[in-house]
Amino acid sequence: MSEHVIDVDGRRYRFDGLGALLAAATPHRSGDALAGIAAASAEERAVAQMALAELPLATFLEEPLIPYEEDEITRLILDRHDRAAFAPVASLSVGEFRNWLLSERADGESLARLAPGLTPEMVAAVSKLMRVQDLVLVGRKCEVVTRFRNTIGLPGRLSTRLQPNHPTDDASGIAASILDGLLYASGDAVIGINPATDNTSTVVTLLKMLDEVISRYEIPTQSCVLTHVTTAIEAIERGAPTDLVFQSIAGTEAANRGFGIDLALLREGREAALSLKRGPLGNNVMYFETGQGSALSANAHHGLDQQTLEARAYAVAREFEPLLVNTVVGFIGPEYLFDGKQIIRAGLEDHFCGKLLGVPMGCDVCYTNHAEADQDDMDMLLTLLGAAGCHYIMGIPGSDDIMLNYQTTSFHDALYLRQVLGLRPAPEFEQWLERSGIYRHGQGIAFDRELPPRFQHVLGSRGTTELPS
Amino acid sequence: MKEGQPSAAGEALTVTNPWQRLRELTDARIGLGRVGGSLPTSAQLAFQLDHARARDAVHMALDTERLMPELDRRFPLALRLHSQAADRDEYLRRPDLGRQLSADAEQELAAITSEPCDVSICVVDGLSARAIHEQAIPFLDAALPEIERLGLSLGPVALVEQGRVAIGDPIGEALKARMSIVMIGERPGLSSPDSLGLYFTWAPRAGRRDSERNCISNIRPRGLKYANAARLLAYLMREAQALDASGVALKDDSEGDSQLGDGREGNFLLLPE
Repeated sequence: MSEHVIDVDGRRYRFDGLGALLAAATPHRSGDALAGIAAASAEERAVAQMALAELPLATFLEEPLIPYEEDEITRLILDRHDRAAFAPVASLSVGEFRNWLLSERADGESLARLAPGLTPEMVAAVSKLMRVQDLVLVGRKCEVVTRFRNTIGLPGRLSTRLQPNHPTDDASGIAASILDGLLYASGDAVIGINPATDNTSTVVTLLKMLDEVISRYEIPTQSCVLTHVTTAIEAIERGAPTDLVFQSIAGTEAANRGFGIDLALLREGREAALSLKRGPLGNNVMYFETGQGSALSANAHHGLDQQTLEARAYAVAREFEPLLVNTVVGFIGPEYLFDGKQIIRAGLEDHFCGKLLGVPMGCDVCYTNHAEADQDDMDMLLTLLGAAGCHYIMGIPGSDDIMLNYQTTSFHDALYLRQVLGLRPAPEFEQWLERSGIYRHGQGIAFDRELPPRFQHVLGSRGTTELPS
Repeated sequence: MKEGQPSAAGEALTVTNPWQRLRELTDARIGLGRVGGSLPTSAQLAFQLDHARARDAVHMALDTERLMPELDRRFPLALRLHSQAADRDEYLRRPDLGRQLSADAEQELAAITSEPCDVSICVVDGLSARAIHEQAIPFLDAALPEIERLGLSLGPVALVEQGRVAIGDPIGEALKARMSIVMIGERPGLSSPDSLGLYFTWAPRAGRRDSERNCISNIRPRGLKYANAARLLAYLMREAQALDASGVALKDDSEGDSQLGDGREGNFLLLPE
């Protein structure tokens, strides 16, 4: 293990290994303190950032944070590393790399070429030297585009995942939230349900129902039931119309084992989805979720800081060419990200690191009720992510997920962001919204008290025959 | 929250949604209406109130003065214990401390010389003391007869402040219990700041993994009813005795009772046009 030594104003600081240096250089967050690896003082943190800035980027190729023999994620990172792509920045230190990223040399094209030459540790390291505005600026330069039934991630676009969760998977309750979302112009990233149970027959039924809704209304979007990859494979074997296969992933082999997965299983899940050939525009068939703190909570963090480990999860993601990846940034709780300030910074770091590695990043801008955070904090993160070119956010009725018991962004939040920053939905979905009389760019929601014709029958039957108004 | 009496001008600015009445089908905040693309004032204020209630639930102190006599009446012995987390702030930052007993609590438990028992019950504040205040006693009144019907003996009950789920393990171990039931205030949701969770552990002892427990969640009048939760618990207790284990080995067969049907029934989006 290498020792990193730096002298500042006549005082000598020592960091015992690359992992310790990265942890000490990380902006303060509760999870690293909980793990006992955070900088002992504000000064130590600032000095660690100075030492990290001096470190050659190539060090990360020579000195794996988790041994190659012990961890298949390390093997994936190093085996897949593209030396030729790395060449433009191969001689730079971490600090010089920050300058390079902010300079004119880094644009959409050069960053896309560079991505296979970068490792998660390099991007995590440079992010620790960056301010919020740096994370926004460089994130925005990155161009990552994915396709299934529509096109996600084009410049000037902001998509949403319609998340119609219900605590008992009640069909009419789910349908009510889907209708609400569609009529608020939400759902182009995916219509994705977190089921209340991992029971395969429930998952199959939900997939059939989503498939019928999407084909009945000819919506250019995809569906997903966010269940364990093994359940998804089983559902596909039972003939369930599956667009995207979902899985929560983390940045170490041991943490992934805690999720009951490994790379081979993810490969199997992807092949199962690809075998259905359901994407008319593209073959991005995976949907991944991540979040800082997952490795620590699985006691599988190898003494590394949670942000570096999070970046390693994106190396797992990019191996499988996903349509969607989002960090569920404030979900895990205050022991990992204590308050709004920590959640905001983490969300921007995650978006930056993912994009730089070539991953189609979205963000679940969210918080739990035991975190020191509120709607104002979410508005700040939401607006910053919009400026940073985040691919998609969640959309849920009134920000309240009644199944997962946390708050995420609402349909209204996406309308706000589109209005303020001039962002548009995915092009195919936007055309559908216009055709359906739901939404028009620049004007917002296109109907008032009368439902668009395509949806009038829905309420008619409900309103007159079954529900008293 | 009801709209006040908005002026004609104020009302004209708000677009209401004709599908508002679908709120009978879900607790989700659908059909909120809009001003431009934004949330109308009434919906915004209702959200703030619910968030305030959920926050208060997290920070509310457990009312041990009120709960102890209620527990005394229902159990052979009631103990008042504390975790190693000194206060709420430490509890939120250090989940590990919430899983361990304070030195005083350990001493108190060590002093108890009761006979081995079948069932140890812990009532723990967790993330919502409000859930304990509102659901603990009515749930116990539904569950204790079920335990009695199974012919199981009750050990002392522990009321625990600043506790996490795993604190039931050292308590059950000290009380020589064959199984442990931890009743705990769940992470409060915006629409459910009062939700009680139940964790069942066979052969409790320090170091048990979460995969060795079974959980019954969302116990409250608007969620899982007390009687249904008590029946589920009785099922777990019966099966665990047969299996000599709890957790993933003990599969909850109630999954078959999904309310989903074929996904079409009640699904107005899929009605014929």
